Parts: sequence; C-alpha cells; structure tokens
Amino acid sequence: MLSNALRCLRPSTCTLALTRQLTHHRPHMGPVETTIRTKLAQALKPEHLEVMNESHMHAVPAGSESHFRVLVVSPQFEGLSLLQRHRLVNETLREELSSCVHALAIQAKTPQQWSSNPSLAKSPPCMGGSKHDNTMAEKLKAGQD
Amino acid sequence: MNSIMIMAARCLRSGAYRTAQNNVELLSGRARLMCSSSAAQKTLEEMVKKDKVVVFIKGTPAQPMCGFSNAVVQILRMHGVDRYAAYNVLDDQDIREGIKTLSNWPTIPQVFFNGEFVGGCDILLQMHQSGDLVEELQKLGIKSALLDQEKESK
Repeated sequence: MLSNALRCLRPSTCTLALTRQLTHHRPHMGPVETTIRTKLAQALKPEHLEVMNESHMHAVPAGSESHFRVLVVSPQFEGLSLLQRHRLVNETLREELSSCVHALAIQAKTPQQWSSNPSLAKSPPCMGGSKHDNTMAEKLKAGQD
Repeated sequence: MNSIMIMAARCLRSGAYRTAQNNVELLSGRARLMCSSSAAQKTLEEMVKKDKVVVFIKGTPAQPMCGFSNAVVQILRMHGVDRYAAYNVLDDQDIREGIKTLSNWPTIPQVFFNGEFVGGCDILLQMHQSGDLVEELQKLGIKSALLDQEKESK
C-alpha cells in the first residue's frame, strides 16, 4: 500500500503525461484566440464552436493573431437574419476587432442548420492586401502587447 | 452647416477622379476629406445611396488586393453585375474608417444595395449559395446572369 502511495507521489511523470496529451490535442493557442473562444462561448452558449487562426494564410509575420475564421452553432441565432447573427458575433468581439483582429470570417448557424449541413467554409486565398496596408503594423503590435 | 456641405462637395470634386474600367465606375478615393467628421459621414451616406450597388473593397475590381474583397468582386461578376461603384479603402483612410462607423461594421469588404448595408464577404457568399442574391438583385431591377444560364441549360 505504501508503494502504491509513493507511486502516486511521482508528480513529474504525471505532469509530463498530461502535458504530452494536451499538446497533442491542441497546438499552441495564442492569447487572442483564447479570448475569442472564451467570449464567444460565454455570450452565445454555442453547441459547437470552432475558432481558427488563419493569420498564417496571409501576408503577416509568423505567429500573428490578426486573421480569424469562426464557426458558431447556437440556438440564439434562431429567427435572426444573417446580418443580425454576424452583428451579434461582431459585438461580442468588439474589443478584439477594434485592436488587433484585422479580419474575421464568420459562419453563424442554428443547431438545425448545422446538423443538416455540417460543413466548414474555406477562406479565399490571400491577395497580399496586408502588405499594402500601412495600418497593419499598429494592429500587429496591438496583438503582441 | 450648409457651408460645410459645400466645402465637402468641393473637396470630393477636386480631389477625386473617375476612371471607367470594364464598365465599372471607380472613385480612386484620393479625396482628402479635411472637413468635420459629420460632414464626412454625410458624404459617405450620399456615396452609398448614389448607386444601386456600392462596395468598399481593398484594391479595385480589376485588381483586388484582398482575397475577401476579390470574392465579392467575383460573385458580382458571376451574376453579371458590371455597373457598380467600388471604393478602394486602401487609398483613403478617411473612407476606410468612415464607412466602418456608418455601417457599424468592423471589416472590409462592405456591400450596400440601394443605400442599405447588406454585409461583408461571408454574407454575400451565403446569399449567392442560397439563391437569395438573385432575388435581391431582382428587387434592385438587376437581372442576374445566372438566370439566363439556368434558362439555357433547360
């Protein structure tokens, strides 16, 4: 029995196993992505939520958190037009959108719409707009602070 | 108030020039609106109402500078909408910030039908996929090219 107890008190092994599991499940999530997930989850109580950092697909430095795609499946969208749904999402992320988030692609579905068509839209290829955008430097800096 | 309006109109006329390219009217956006912000908002309000279809994009319809803006241009092209006003926000920070305030929408591209804000790229794409866009264009008195294609295939 003592040996069992001692085995449990090997924290480093346990932590290592846990960490390995976590990193395998979720690649590095930046602070902006984390905030987006938290805010959307709290505000819209989604049945399904996907938040993708698509910054690597655009003309911005590696590690940026400037371009996102979100898929929100929530009963709160029932009876709302596309515009109303997108405005809800925009409102929830107002702070991020006025600072470091430069682009936000949105799919806002009701649970019924999602179950009848569970497909994720794809963002169009980048055409280098951010390279020609002199406000990007500020926005990227805001993301790093 | 009137003098500000006149000043705004003068700013717009002197600074901007129109080039017709592929039947699409473009305002290069070089107009520096140095007038008060309320006058700038008024001018933007006029801009969105002046044409049936108005888009604010990055780049131009001939040379979009952003994938999402390009998607808007391509969708309109697919429906045969070739007469619309396109404003390049990369050319003018005042227009870029002003239109976001006017529509209370944080990103570009932005699409307006008959002076009313419709949405961005995602919404236009979904309207196109659902068939709603053909209907909305019809309400504007624009016949979608896709209707002709449908007839031809039948």
